[in-house]
This record gives sequence, structure tokens and C-alpha cells, in this order.
Amino acid sequence: MSGAPGREAALGDGWELVVGLEVHVELSTATKLFCGCANRFGDEPNTNVCPVCLGLPGSLPVVNAAAVDFAMRLGRALGCEARGAVFARKNYFYPDMPKAYQISQYDQPTNTDGRLELPGGHTVGIERAHIEEDTGKTTHIGGGGRIHDADYALVDYNRAGVPLVEIVSRPDIRGAEQARAYVRELRAILLAVGVSDARMEEGSMRVDANVSVRPAGSDELRTRCEIKNLSSLRALGRAIVYEAQRHVDLWSGGERPRQETRHWDEANGRTTPGRSKEDADDYRYFQDPDLVPLAPAAETVAAIDAALPPLPAARRADLAADGGGAVSAEDAALLVERGQDGLVRAAIAAGADPGVAATRVANDLAVEDWAPVTPEGLAALVAMETSGRLTATQSKQVLAEMAEGGGFPDAIAERRGFQAMAGDDLAAVVDQVISENAEAWSRFCAGDEAERKKLAGFLTGQVMRATRGQADGAAVNRLLAARARSRP
Amino acid sequence: MTALGVAAAVAAGERTARSVAEDYLDRISAGDGEIGAFNLVLADEALADADRVDAALGRGEPVGPLAGVPVALKDNLCTRGIPTTCSSRMLEGWRPPYSATVVERLRAAGAVIVGKTNLDEFAMGSSTENSAFGPTRNPHDTSRVPGGSSGGSAAAVAAGFAALALGSDTGGSIRQPAALCGVVGMKPTYGRVSRYGLIAFASSLDHIGPFGATVADAAACYEAIAGHDPLDSTSIDLPLEPIDGALADGVEGLRVGVVAELCGGRLQAAHLVGTDAPAASGVEGVADDVLARVQDAAEALEQAGAEVRTVSVPSAVLGLSAYYLITSAEASSNLARYDGVRYGLRVEAANAAEMNVNTRTAGFGTEAKRRIILGTYALSAGYYDAFYGKALRVRTLMLQEFAAVYEDVDVLLCPTAPTTAFELGAKIADPMLMYLNDVCTIPSDLTGHPAISVPFGRGDDGLPVGVQVMGPALSERLIFRVAAALERAAPGNGSAP
Repeated sequence: MSGAPGREAALGDGWELVVGLEVHVELSTATKLFCGCANRFGDEPNTNVCPVCLGLPGSLPVVNAAAVDFAMRLGRALGCEARGAVFARKNYFYPDMPKAYQISQYDQPTNTDGRLELPGGHTVGIERAHIEEDTGKTTHIGGGGRIHDADYALVDYNRAGVPLVEIVSRPDIRGAEQARAYVRELRAILLAVGVSDARMEEGSMRVDANVSVRPAGSDELRTRCEIKNLSSLRALGRAIVYEAQRHVDLWSGGERPRQETRHWDEANGRTTPGRSKEDADDYRYFQDPDLVPLAPAAETVAAIDAALPPLPAARRADLAADGGGAVSAEDAALLVERGQDGLVRAAIAAGADPGVAATRVANDLAVEDWAPVTPEGLAALVAMETSGRLTATQSKQVLAEMAEGGGFPDAIAERRGFQAMAGDDLAAVVDQVISENAEAWSRFCAGDEAERKKLAGFLTGQVMRATRGQADGAAVNRLLAARARSRP
Repeated sequence: MTALGVAAAVAAGERTARSVAEDYLDRISAGDGEIGAFNLVLADEALADADRVDAALGRGEPVGPLAGVPVALKDNLCTRGIPTTCSSRMLEGWRPPYSATVVERLRAAGAVIVGKTNLDEFAMGSSTENSAFGPTRNPHDTSRVPGGSSGGSAAAVAAGFAALALGSDTGGSIRQPAALCGVVGMKPTYGRVSRYGLIAFASSLDHIGPFGATVADAAACYEAIAGHDPLDSTSIDLPLEPIDGALADGVEGLRVGVVAELCGGRLQAAHLVGTDAPAASGVEGVADDVLARVQDAAEALEQAGAEVRTVSVPSAVLGLSAYYLITSAEASSNLARYDGVRYGLRVEAANAAEMNVNTRTAGFGTEAKRRIILGTYALSAGYYDAFYGKALRVRTLMLQEFAAVYEDVDVLLCPTAPTTAFELGAKIADPMLMYLNDVCTIPSDLTGHPAISVPFGRGDDGLPVGVQVMGPALSERLIFRVAAALERAAPGNGSAP
């Protein structure tokens, strides 16, 4: 998680990557965008449907005010202008499109002209964040399960009419890492304002990348390709790197890329051509006559602004300030993304060492439900660790039990018989391990830094085994170093 | 008997709703073989509805204002569990799982639904000849068309098969057939009547409205179906003014404008007071006998105390072009859902895209295809501004010009249709000639303003002529009032075939 240019995979000399992202996010409203059907993932197919979301003849859409509110909340969190908006029809035929048009927003979207600042400091412009309805979901049966050789297809319309916001960035992203950072930051904002669960793996957050390259230092925009089927952050990063290199190779060989949609082939690690722009659909957008324009009142926008929760960037800054420089940027970003920054800040306020508290939670509290962990409990745990009463390993186990509702850390440690082995007891164990592993010990003492590090891991592991984990790894390392120095 | 007469007799216990329904069903079975007004007669359902009304009366429960009144529905209005076809093969076998808001409201008012009436496929046409189930004939002369697209509903009321009917009006599809069949047909302000459950042709111009034998009947039907509906986002949430009390008020002191352009630009206006400069241009095809009846109507209003003058709405002559671009564009999108995937007709093929093409090729008639292609073209990249965009600008201009005219007059008068009913087959091969039927009715669909056609005398061929009263948005009470005055003054005042 870093926007640092130094960590980007390097393109060929003199080339710069230009990426814009289109992110579709399902809003977590109780009901769909234009009808009262439940907006719920994972139900039996075609159970959350009605005449409106099935597009039956004679049915009419009525906009869900909650969806508009959610979209505006997101827009304001992205620093967008909240504007009067018009719903438009995007016309194309597809079996999972019940009306053969998608109700979207075209030239007058709800949100325009925002920005998203990455944790590394780079700012990506947001062109627009507009509201639209999702389509149904087609499953191809038989053959290879692909559209071309399937025997037939099944369509589930539960997803048809689910409210989406499409967030379109400006082509301000300069690398694969930045693209990943952008998606992670956007996800953190979505979670913070509470408008989506933004899960890429469940498809409630879908990312398409527009990729092109240009000579470094130029500000031209060259032919871009839109990469689809990016189902994870890893895929996003790999696809961008692959596609950029493909463009560099083409340009370098005197060719030019075709403007087209391409699919990411995760298994083979490459993009493959989809539809080219020449035979792309003409969507024939026009204002949907069944809906009236949205005209948010100034008071509505002001109320949304006033109710916005602290956003990730501000929360990271607050955590950093409370940590007094001891909380790493990576930990801060992760904690905010998981919504654990409040816990850590409260523990710091209760006296916990900021660096240890942040690291312990960032590394070892990656669980869905950590509600039972209180700031006081966390502060007490950190105090036990920093005072040497618990080893890092023991501390992790106690934290895990705290998250399961196990109570206060000293009670858990006592119940499990945890206490850090220290002093002469530990020195005795270390000496015993040294004598039992004479060869490894000699190589440790004689080795270069890499060798030493490798063998330190091995020897520490032996000590841990002998003490059944009651030794503190850092203390063992200190003892090993001291013994090596005093070796005759 | 009028619809209101039926309702009064049923409410007073002079007749049972069942006996009324049986009478109407008998007339349908005796006469509809010749007319072809109905796609589907709902005999069992009608009798069951009638029995429920009678049972409620028997228990002393209050019944609605249309208790026991037989009503016919244009077959593009959804009826739960009952086939709804739009007179297209495309919807073969489909039974909607819900009823249109207007159908629910008619039932709540005590009406008895007797059947679903024929129309031009998806309401595209002016003669009811573009029906997959064959044409409807005009009860006044069965060699003639009833007009369209709501020709089945107009014919049903004219033939006494139903006391009231609902139609839909996108370019004149209620008012034009009302004129040709010698009944009253009214199109309310856009948004006054919910479109929920009306199968869309062109959403921004589709209106549902009533047919009746009299102005009072049409007004009662309008009142039963009008009002805000949360299921239609374009529905107007404003209180309704009661119409009934206004019908006898007369037109004393009202300012009436005769629209020069919609009279073909050749009004003989010398006898009209307050004459502005007559327009040089006008719409094509307004027949002399129709024009003469409009002038008779203007004189009748003048004699009843109205102040009549000619007025000019120059953009009215552009209405037809703007209308065909906008409605076809919207239709190309609205009719795209008929793809064979979920309901209605499916013609199988090797893959979904071919199935889609085969289904639409087999399912749509010529006129529907013509408009889908025209509309697709009008919305296409590179053509949008020149066609659809320009048509929208004409619509805006027309709204401005009508608003200006309504500064000076209260209502407008013009022909409903340029001619009386024409022969079957006379215009079906020439779309442009057919489209000209709607030149006088299209402007109020583009503006969304209310308008009504009321029979006023006959043409040289002895067939009914309708004159049209138009008003500004939400002026339903006023146009019904003027229509009632014209009805009282109409020569012969009889329209039964």
C-alpha cells in the first residue's frame, strides 16, 4: 500500500503509464433502485423480483430516495459537486437486461469534479460518480461454460435494478501500485460513509481499467484499452503492468494499439481482445421520460455534508498525530481501512505504547468480529508486552482470545499459564540449544549477515520449542548476539 | 342509456348490475362479429363483477359513482391474469401479474369491465387497421375505419357495447377515433392520470383518457381514474377539481381562440370578433365540411356568450414532424424489451441474438417496425442533434407559443380530425397520408395539455364530425364545461348509428 513511484514496476525507458479507473459499486440500500424489491446478495435466483425490475410491459420506475442519498454521500466524500441530475436510458440488447436498456445517468450525473487523495499524497481527479441500475446475472450452462459454446443460459434477475454508483477517475494514475492504492482508498471511503460493503470477491465492487502509455514528460493521451474482468487487487495490478508493457512494445515496434475492450486472463496472466470500438454499440442515450430530474435542495446537500463521518485521510492523520510518529503509514492505512483506528487511538489515550498497539492490531486482529476488544483491554495487553510479562507470540494469542470474548488480558494470560521466560531461565535454555546445535552455532558465529539471519531464525525456533513459546523472540536474539560476541 | 343513467338506476335499485351487464354482453355477441371492437370479451368476469356490485347494494354498502357501468378497456392496459396483447403477436400468451392503476380505480368506482378492445399494434396508427387480429369497423358505416389507435374503444361506445371505455392518446388516439365514431373522447393533462400499467408506446406523450356517449359520462369516467399515483413518477400530486358542477355553467364571457394553423390556414373569419391576422400557413388536409362544422361550433359558442377570435400558433405546423421523431425514438427504446427472453412470443434459434432477431421479425407488424427503425436512426450517434434534438426544440417552442396564446384566450377550438371516417384500406399503404390524420391532435400531446373531442354535426357524407376544445395544463374542468356547451348546441345532438 504505497503510492511511491519508486515501487512501481518500471516500463521501458522513457515511457509513462496513464491509467484511469471505472469502479462500479453496489449500494447497500435495503431495496432496489426503482422498486421495492429486496437488495440482497445470495438469495435463491429470481426471488427478489417484481414487474418493475423484470421490466414487464406497463411497469414504471420510481427512484429510491435512499439510493440517491447514498450516492450523494459518496460524492460529497469524494469532494464532488452535488448537481441536479437526469436519468437517461442506455439502450442495448442483452438477455440479462430486462428492458433492453439500462437506466443510468449520462450528460447530467449526480456527482462531478471530485478528487481522491492517496495515502502516499498523490491526488487522483474524479470526473463523475453517477447512479445507475445493475443488470441481471447470466450463467452459461454446458460446453465450456463460456458464451460461445454454451448449450443454454440461465438468468437471475435478483441483481437487476440493484443500485450502483460508477466512479470514473481522470487518467491521473501513473502506476499499478497507485491503481491498487486508489481502489483501496476508495473502498475505505465507501466503508467509512457506509454506502456499500465494497467486496470485490462478491462483485459488489467491480473495477475496469483504462490503460495507455506515453513518452515520459508528455501530456498527450494515446490510444487506450479498457481492461475488464479484474476480480481482485492483484489482478488489477498484474493486468495494468501487462497491458502497459504490451502498449510499449507495440509503440516501440512502430505499431499502435487498437482502441478496444480487453479481458484479463488471470490463469495465463495476459489480456485478450474483446469488442473493438469499431463494432461497439451505439447506446442511443436519451433522457428517460418515465423519471423526473433530480434537483437536490441546498439544505439537503448541507445536511449530507454535516452528517459525513470523518474520512480515511483525516482518520489516518489523527492516528498519526496520536501516535507521535510511532505508527507506521502502512499500519495507519490498514487500521483505517478496517475501521480499527478508533480502537487503537482509544488504547493510546488509555496509555498504550502507540507503535506496539498499532502493530499488534494491524498484524493480529484481521478478523471480522473484533468488537469484544476494548481500548482498556488492548492498552493492558500492550503494557504486558512492553513490560516483558508477555512475549509477542503470547500477546498475539491473548489478543485472539480477547477478540472471541475471552475477557481481560491478565486473566487470559493467567488462565493459559503465559508468562514471558526471561533472565537466567532463558539464558540457560539458550545455552542448552547452543550446545545441542554446535554446527549451526559455529556457522552462525562465522557467517555473513544473510547466513546469520537464517541461522538466528533456526536457533530461535529451537529455543521457542524448548520453552513452548514462552520466550520472547527479541530477547532470544539479544542473547544469541551476546553469546557470539563473547565466544572465545 | 348514458353511463351516468346506468349508475343512477343501479344505485337506486331500479336495475341490477347483472341485468345491465347481460344487456351489454348480448349486444356485443349480437353485433361485434361485424364491428370487431373487442380482442377479448370478459363475459364471466363482467357478470362476476356485476354480482359483486349487486351484493354490495344488497348489503346496503356504499357503491362507487360508476356502480354497474359496463366499461371497455383498450387492450394496452394491463389486467391481472387476463391477456393483454396491444393487438400484437409479440405479447402472445402473456398475462400480466398486475392491473393498471386506472383499472384498479375503475373497479373501485364500481365499474364492470366487459372486455379488451382492439387497437393499432402498440397504439401506432390512426385507423385500427394495424392490428394483428384484423381491423375494427366504424359502427356508423362498416366500410369505414373507426379511427385509431383506440378504434376498438371508440367503436364499442358508439355501438352501445359499453357505456364507457378507456383509450390511450399519444398523438390523438382517443380524440381522433372519438370524432370518427361520433362519441366524446378526452385526453387529460399529462400526469393527471397514472400511466402505471399502460404498455408504453412513447412515454412522454402517452396519456390515458375516457370515451363516453356524452360529455358528462366522459367527465365521470375521467374523475374516476384521475389523481396522483406514487407508482408513476410523472404523476401530478395536486388536488382534483370536481367537474360535475361546472358542466351547466355555460361559456358566457369565456375567451375562445380558433387556431388558424390547425384549420388549414384558411378560416373564413370575417364574422369572428377580435380577429388577429389570419395565418398564411396551416396544416395539410383539413376538409371543407370539417372546417364548416368548426366554424359552426365557433358561432355557437359566440351565441352562447363567449368571445371568439382567431389566434395563431405558428409552430403547430411543425408538430407532425416533431411528433414522429420523438415518439419513434421513445418507441424504439420502449419496444426493445420484446426480445423473446422472458414473456410473449419466442421464435427459437441457435443463439440468443438470433432468437431475438427472429422473434422481433415475426412478432412486430410493419408499422411497428417502421417506427422502431425510424426512432433508432433518430437517436443514433451523429444524428441525435439533427433529429431528436431538433424535435425536442420544436416541442419547447410549441409550449412557449401555446403559453403565449393562453395569455389572451381561455380555451382553443379546432378540428379534431381533418376528415370524417375514411374507407378501410384507403390510407394504409401510404403512411404519410395516414399520419396527417393526427395533425390537429398532436400539438396537445406534445405540450401535455388537456383536450377533448365532442361530436358537432355531420360531414357531407353524413358521418360524424368532431370538434376539439383544448386548454392549458390542468384546465380539465374548463374544457369539459366548454365541451358540454357545444354538446348542447350541436345540431341534431344525436350520434347513435
